[in-house]
Amino acid sequence: MTTALAVRDFVAAFVLLNAVIAVVTYVTLLERKFAARMQSRIGPYRVGPHGLLQPIADALKLMMKEDVVPATSDRWVFNLAPLVFLIPCVLIFATIPFAPGLGLADLNIGVLFFLAVSALEIVGLFMAGWGSNNKYALLSAMRAVNQIISYDLPFIFAALIPVVLGGTLRLGGIVEAQRGLWFVAYPLLGQLGFLAYLVAMIAAENRVPFDILEAESELVAGFRVEYSGMKFALIQLAEYAHVIGTSYLGALLFLGGWLGPGPAWLGLIWLSLKALAVFLLVTWVRWSFVRIRVDQILGISWKLLLPATLSLLLVAAAVVAYSGGARGA
Amino acid sequence: MPDVDAQKVIELGYSGNERLVMNMGPQHPSAHGVFRMILTLEGETIVAVDAVIGYLHRCHEKLGETLTYVQYPSIASKTDYVAAMTSELAYVLAAEKIGGIEVPRRAQYLRVLAAELQRIASHCLWLGTWCMDMGGALGGGATIFLYAIREREMVLDLFEALTGARLLYGFHQVGGTRYDLPAAWAERCRSAVDFIDTRIDEYEEMLEDNAFFLARTREVGVISRELAQEVGVSGPLIRGSGIGYDIRRLEPYSSYQEFDFKVPVETTGDCLARYRVRMVEFRESIKIVRQALDGLPAGSISSRPGVKSVGQVRIPKGEGYARVEGPRGEVGCYMIADGSPKPYRMKWRGASFSNLAVLPHIIPGHKVADVVAITGSVDPVFGEVDR
Repeated sequence: MTTALAVRDFVAAFVLLNAVIAVVTYVTLLERKFAARMQSRIGPYRVGPHGLLQPIADALKLMMKEDVVPATSDRWVFNLAPLVFLIPCVLIFATIPFAPGLGLADLNIGVLFFLAVSALEIVGLFMAGWGSNNKYALLSAMRAVNQIISYDLPFIFAALIPVVLGGTLRLGGIVEAQRGLWFVAYPLLGQLGFLAYLVAMIAAENRVPFDILEAESELVAGFRVEYSGMKFALIQLAEYAHVIGTSYLGALLFLGGWLGPGPAWLGLIWLSLKALAVFLLVTWVRWSFVRIRVDQILGISWKLLLPATLSLLLVAAAVVAYSGGARGA
Repeated sequence: MPDVDAQKVIELGYSGNERLVMNMGPQHPSAHGVFRMILTLEGETIVAVDAVIGYLHRCHEKLGETLTYVQYPSIASKTDYVAAMTSELAYVLAAEKIGGIEVPRRAQYLRVLAAELQRIASHCLWLGTWCMDMGGALGGGATIFLYAIREREMVLDLFEALTGARLLYGFHQVGGTRYDLPAAWAERCRSAVDFIDTRIDEYEEMLEDNAFFLARTREVGVISRELAQEVGVSGPLIRGSGIGYDIRRLEPYSSYQEFDFKVPVETTGDCLARYRVRMVEFRESIKIVRQALDGLPAGSISSRPGVKSVGQVRIPKGEGYARVEGPRGEVGCYMIADGSPKPYRMKWRGASFSNLAVLPHIIPGHKVADVVAITGSVDPVFGEVDR
């Protein structure tokens, strides 16, 4: 019996992992097409109809590339870093319920698990920056630690607003609490909370305008400057997986998750559409802003975002206290 | 190695932290060609910068002695390859000054037309690359870059129709210009500048309403009025520091005195001021192009007959200096002629070279990210720096 359960879980995890990788591969194509649209270009068009096979061609190319390990690097740290970076970024999907009952594990501490695991990515980043033994990479690792510490707090506080409103840490419970009224529709509190979540999410994922880690015009490519071939692909995969994961979390926390018109089996599609909307919003920001400086990034976090999310959290708590308990409790 | 002055800065600013010497360039995504900066960092803050140039030296001044007055203008365009019309014009003006050669009015207007279209094209490239420095090739900077390149392309198409070349033109020659306007070119030019005019509004909307852009440029890389004069910067840099220095106004050449245009001046001297100066220059250049098309006189485009061999143009003995206002500032050509078909000696004054000299004065104290913003706002072209 337990063996059968273990096999079932193993198969489910295998399917989910590969689904994540497949989705991430095609999300890169989507982003490239979207960016091309914004920049009045066409984007990938040659490989397959409308460039649909481009991600596969990219993956094949990266697999066939020479795997260069710098002679002066710290070999163990350098080689391990992409994996250490990738694992937490994929692990966050374990707790996401894609529809009622469809998900690997709808933990009763789902949000906490998600936040804790996604904060682990900094270890991989720092290992990559340190192990490369490159000044650009080192500077980038330094920035990474600065930025992740600064932005994980507002990110957590913003993610806790729906938790307080819903009265549960279980993601499924939070979604059920939004039946009738999504948390983003709460007057002022919901919109500001969602906005803070988006900003903190962009920063925690190191995307433009907060991509000072990569900053290719200053630090060439930052922590990944020495990586090539499949290790580079793993880092890229991890970054996109993290973006997609946090987009799903945003959709679950603020946009009512799988709730939507139509039969229940449409839930997965509703959730994915909402996550896609969050992802495209982030992409839109990425392709229209210039990058800001490291001191300004820290300033935004500590002077604006952290007090703002903290007070929003307090307001949410007050709302719950005066309206007689959380909706999901 | 850092020079003595840089070393002094390091020692003075040393506060007991670990220092890191980082090399930026000559191969670097935002090196604007081949520029090497050796930065000394304390954390993210720069305490000293040592700028190394010379990677693109091609013996232009020696070439000027070995090539004739007919040949060299096409080579002159290779000094500042982003604004090739500028240095060609400076060279032929110097030769004409020594020889006392008259230039027909139509040719003068054509020269103004070419110079101003070139300024538009050059500023387009500056805007794109500068935003890419700040926003990254994988971010909003690339978006602006692609928009700006689209407009530069329109100007290059006009130049292609005019001269047959898109980058290095060989349009100017001693005594006039080499080509006249092809049929229907004027209408095409008019509609192109009208289109670019509307696009400039879009850039300004996208950048000036953007808090991040302002945060990156305001009070960054301030060049004071005194420093600007002391170092001898020119063009948009000195006009951004509160001095309305423009050769087109102070010492008009090619009948610039007949055109109505404004010389924009900003007083703050930071990156934003330089940006604003160039954005106004965009519009003023468009204005001048329209005026030149409206008032284009009829007549010949060259004061001397065509030559059968490259050695047939001789400039009498004498020396002279001619300067023009290029997109990057004052481009000067000093020439000594000895009566032969080639100059005896020739010397370039590159605008980028003098402008670049301001970098070690303004960069220390800024963060690493500001280095690329400041370098981009200076708008150096390394063909012109190293020659």
